[in-house]
Amino acid sequence: MERAESRAVISGVGRSPIGRRLGIDPWVLTADAALAAIADAGLTPDDIDGVSTYPGAFWSTPGITGAGVDDVRAMLGLRLRWHSGGGETAGQLGSVVNAVLAVAAGFATHVLCFRTVWESTAQQGFGSRSATLLDGGGTADRPVRFGRELAQWTTPFGIGYPCHAALDMRRRMELAGATREQFAQVALVSRSNAARTETAVYREPLTLQAYLDARMISDPVCMFDCDVPVDGSVAFVVSRAASVPDPARAVTFEGLGSASGFDEAAAMMWSRTDLKPVDVDVAQVYDGFTVYAIRWLEALGFCGPYEGTDFVDGGTRIAPGGELPLNTGGGQLSGGRMHGYGGLLEACLQLRGEAGAHQLDSGPQVAVVTSGAEQFTSSLLLGAPR
Amino acid sequence: MTADPMTDAPPDGSALVVEAFERVAPPLTERTAAFWTSGADGVLRIARCHGCGRYLHPPRPVCPACRGRDVGFAPVSGRGTVWSWTLNRYGWVPSMPPPYVVADVELVEQPGLRLLTNVVDCSPEELRVGLPVKVCFSRAGEAYIPLFRPEAGDGAG
Repeated sequence: MERAESRAVISGVGRSPIGRRLGIDPWVLTADAALAAIADAGLTPDDIDGVSTYPGAFWSTPGITGAGVDDVRAMLGLRLRWHSGGGETAGQLGSVVNAVLAVAAGFATHVLCFRTVWESTAQQGFGSRSATLLDGGGTADRPVRFGRELAQWTTPFGIGYPCHAALDMRRRMELAGATREQFAQVALVSRSNAARTETAVYREPLTLQAYLDARMISDPVCMFDCDVPVDGSVAFVVSRAASVPDPARAVTFEGLGSASGFDEAAAMMWSRTDLKPVDVDVAQVYDGFTVYAIRWLEALGFCGPYEGTDFVDGGTRIAPGGELPLNTGGGQLSGGRMHGYGGLLEACLQLRGEAGAHQLDSGPQVAVVTSGAEQFTSSLLLGAPR
Repeated sequence: MTADPMTDAPPDGSALVVEAFERVAPPLTERTAAFWTSGADGVLRIARCHGCGRYLHPPRPVCPACRGRDVGFAPVSGRGTVWSWTLNRYGWVPSMPPPYVVADVELVEQPGLRLLTNVVDCSPEELRVGLPVKVCFSRAGEAYIPLFRPEAGDGAG
């Protein structure tokens, strides 16, 4: 049977303004990105017969989701044969994997995939980052409630997301000799990439000393180990390969991994292609925290377990012109947290040769993109248009 | 052993610590109440499959190893080692002032049996991966929150 990967392509990409505290209705951001992606594909909204998103309208702390499937269906007047939205996907890009499956199965021909966030504006409204992340959005004068069963294992102990990353970092530092200077390379390379990327959020230079001196969030996780909450929307059109108006701009799927876990998702992806890690020209890995990027580099087989910090040591290997250019648009650390969708957008632009000032000179033909962490993970191997 | 600013209680080996702040109390559900109230007698209890002996945390009604339904709560030694730790400096919960130590503690009963928790009565300088620790409890509503502190005699490690 023909693999699902070869039946579908990414025919269009689009984005809204992305930035800090935009104060724009997230439905408007969503429409901006969606209509741009549809036009980029050479299609019209009447051609769209599927919608897929993460996490949709029903799972939310403030700002983490800007629109649901049905919000978009109604807003854009779409007639859908297939749709899917949810938080328990294979990472945030599980929503794109789902679209590929729907297209390959013949349930839809052109699926609009989107991801919208408004975390930056939400934090302003709720007063702080912690207020938006606490279950139900608790504040000092509003008691925390346990809407999600999982929260009971962290909230009584005062545990936030960065604490989990810090536990991974600390263990690597004590057992494998990893250093803060090594973790810093992920942040520093991302920032210098962002400086060349017009649409990135944080573009001013970042020095190693500034990283080392930065405010600690959950030691050893400092401010620059954490990605940046933003407002914005990114959208793609996943189309049946045989039905795209302009195949010369269609990004191909070489292998998909939807298994649960960093290592498992990456291994599944490699099992579905003849390509090897050495064939990858550019990597856009999920960098909610610097240590997640390290974890993905190991899972993808670019180095061994607990060798990721040595792999990025000094930064040259992961910089443009290096062996494996990483997060070339600034990643989520400096480009803004578009939650996996930003990395996929950057990969598509690089593969189409449309990344502008930060386009890699090498003209990348194969890109790997990962999304998520821990048990919600996906890994996508993409090819340049052919 | 250094006095911990988080607790008023002296490190005298008592299983109950009194803290200068209020923790958010977890809900006591059919699935988890036995875990959260276990510390009332100073003993930590962990969900365990009576069929194959496997401990599971967080508690689940079906054993993931043998799929048996005979899962209950069994007392454990309360001893473990620090799998990893972090000095948290951000105020995630309004009532809980930082800094405080967050840790993943592996219980001696089973490899991989880990609890996310706080380590108290221990300065960050003393903390390290592998540090032997023992359970203690802090009241929050009707719950007894299991925390850990260095095992007596280990001191500075």
